[in-house]
Amino acid sequence: MNTRATEIGVGLFVLLGLLALGFLAVQVSNLSSMGNGDGYRVTARFENIGGLKVRSPVTVGGVRVGKVHAINYDMHTFEAVVVMDIQPQYTLFPEDTSASIFTAGLLGEQYISLEPGGAEAILQAGDQIMLTQSALVLEQIIGQFLFGKASESGDL
Amino acid sequence: MTGAIQQLGIDTLNSLARLGRRAQFLLQTLSGIGSLLWRPGLVVAQLESVGVRSLVIIVVSGLFVGMVLGLQGYNTLVDFGAEESLGVVVALSLVRELGPVVAALLFAGRAGSALAAEIGLMKATEQLDGMAMMAVDPVKRVIAPRFLAAFIAMPLLAAVFSAVGVLGGYVVGVEWLGVDGGAYWSQMQGKVDLYEDVYNGVIKSIVFGFAIAWLATFEGYDAQPTAEGVAKATTRTVVQSALVVLMLDFILTALMFGEI
Amino acid sequence: MTSTDDNLIEIRELRFAHGPRVIFDGIDLSVPRGKVTAIMGPSGTGKTTLLRLIGGQIAPDAGAIKVDGLDVTGLDNKGLYALRRRIGMLFQGGALLTDLNVYENVAFPLREHTDLNESLIRALVLIKLQSVGLRGAQMLMPSELSGGMARRVALARAIALDPMMVMYDEPFAGQDPISMGVLVKLIRELNDALGLTSIIVSHDVAEALAIADYVYMISNGRVVQGGPANELADSSSEWVRQFMGGLSDGPVPFHYPARDYAEELLER
Repeated sequence: MNTRATEIGVGLFVLLGLLALGFLAVQVSNLSSMGNGDGYRVTARFENIGGLKVRSPVTVGGVRVGKVHAINYDMHTFEAVVVMDIQPQYTLFPEDTSASIFTAGLLGEQYISLEPGGAEAILQAGDQIMLTQSALVLEQIIGQFLFGKASESGDL
Repeated sequence: MTGAIQQLGIDTLNSLARLGRRAQFLLQTLSGIGSLLWRPGLVVAQLESVGVRSLVIIVVSGLFVGMVLGLQGYNTLVDFGAEESLGVVVALSLVRELGPVVAALLFAGRAGSALAAEIGLMKATEQLDGMAMMAVDPVKRVIAPRFLAAFIAMPLLAAVFSAVGVLGGYVVGVEWLGVDGGAYWSQMQGKVDLYEDVYNGVIKSIVFGFAIAWLATFEGYDAQPTAEGVAKATTRTVVQSALVVLMLDFILTALMFGEI
Repeated sequence: MTSTDDNLIEIRELRFAHGPRVIFDGIDLSVPRGKVTAIMGPSGTGKTTLLRLIGGQIAPDAGAIKVDGLDVTGLDNKGLYALRRRIGMLFQGGALLTDLNVYENVAFPLREHTDLNESLIRALVLIKLQSVGLRGAQMLMPSELSGGMARRVALARAIALDPMMVMYDEPFAGQDPISMGVLVKLIRELNDALGLTSIIVSHDVAEALAIADYVYMISNGRVVQGGPANELADSSSEWVRQFMGGLSDGPVPFHYPARDYAEELLER
């Protein structure tokens, strides 16, 4: 009987299937950039977050350092509260680091860009970033632009 | 006219009876799976015929589907200067939809039809009756291992399909068309979510595996014990599996990704 | 012959209908222990159905079937399976498992129902195969066997668990004279050597009569005649004489019921 050959064949098959699943998890998806337990969390308040979503990237100088963990709304201050997960290897951000919401490309997704300040003190887990700049909403920009043009022509 | 109405009534009753047999059959099969714990050899033998022998067609198809996705995706994305996102397009298409669905369709054609034909033939040649007369429950001994093997093999095959497809997209996009390799992987990793995309895809393939295993074993078991009956059962397995997989895919997609 | 102890199987007032078609319309039948009993009748009289009823694979509409004192119709699944372990059955085509070779086919009931170790199973399988003369064919696959050999392997498998009785479904159908002779000899010898009770369902008159101790003739859902084999030849029933002699016309007409011949021919 070739039971043994069958068993080995099936063993290889199952192994291959599990490897494929592992490949999808590690190489294809964002499992590698998750690291929930190790990183630290900071919050920031924005007047308007535009199209920012949970899991949107958080970058410093274009380098991805974390992702948005949660987005809440504070009913008392009428602000959006964004919780960010920063990966553990990126520490030592100054306390006066500012956070801005930018858009990747003209129509691309939105992300948070951190800009380190010059303070001595270091941003700790649970801290709140005080300096924020809201997302630019295209309609507002266009509106402001038109308003500016109108007032310009009014002066003349 | 009355004849047509009468026929309609008979057909309705027949389909109801069939549905009842189907449910009963599933319960019997599921209750037979427990006893396989003591006889894993039976399942291993079936995994060989259902899983290992489907591997070649799954790998080859997955590779080509991935390569086509790479080519089509590149041609579309390059117009927007977004060819760096090729990895995202290829991986999301595969992991969410094409991996589970196409693998399930191939699996129904390759393994489902073989299962139905084999079981139907065993019935036609009195092997199932013979077992029952030897006091061996054919549902436990013949059906349950095949059902379980199909159920286990399907998600693994779908994962292999997706993984090979992503590599196929890499070969076409990065090696041939010159997309940046780092961007291919990093954009993919940035956009493909483990829970939202990969897990949901795996859940889809598990559901499809269950449906195909059920359909194929039932059609074989319920076949008329003649050559014609077995042929019909085989055809029905493939046709019904394809329809059920596509319908289930829509329902699951709506539940998982839709906001209906 | 009337006492229950002497009869392994007692069937009383059995009724069974398949849809609108009545197959058995009140059959009484007894199978004595240790003997070979043949159940004969034309094709389509439900002889195979009778075996399935005895084995409990289908349930009758009315009547009682007792096997070794147990009422088959009243048994639950567990009791039925326990009973079937003591019954061997030879299906028409042999019903060998096509994915197992001859040796494994005969070993199948032993592996399923016993915890015997491999060397004991091997010994038992070889004994059974030797008794049907196919020990040399143990490594062949069922597809490599002739029809007669397949039936002999199936017979070896049927007696693997040393049953109290063996049921044969048309064992002689479609066999050449040599394998027919071999099967006739085997059925008789095994019955006597192993102390079995045998039931043969057949329409091959000569072979069935050659080995049967008792014969039941079934036609149109009823037992036409039953009794010791040697009394059958001088039956008073015209139907039995037609069946036994293989006459083309008699109580069973040569012509399927039709309109008047001349009338239909002259019709425009």
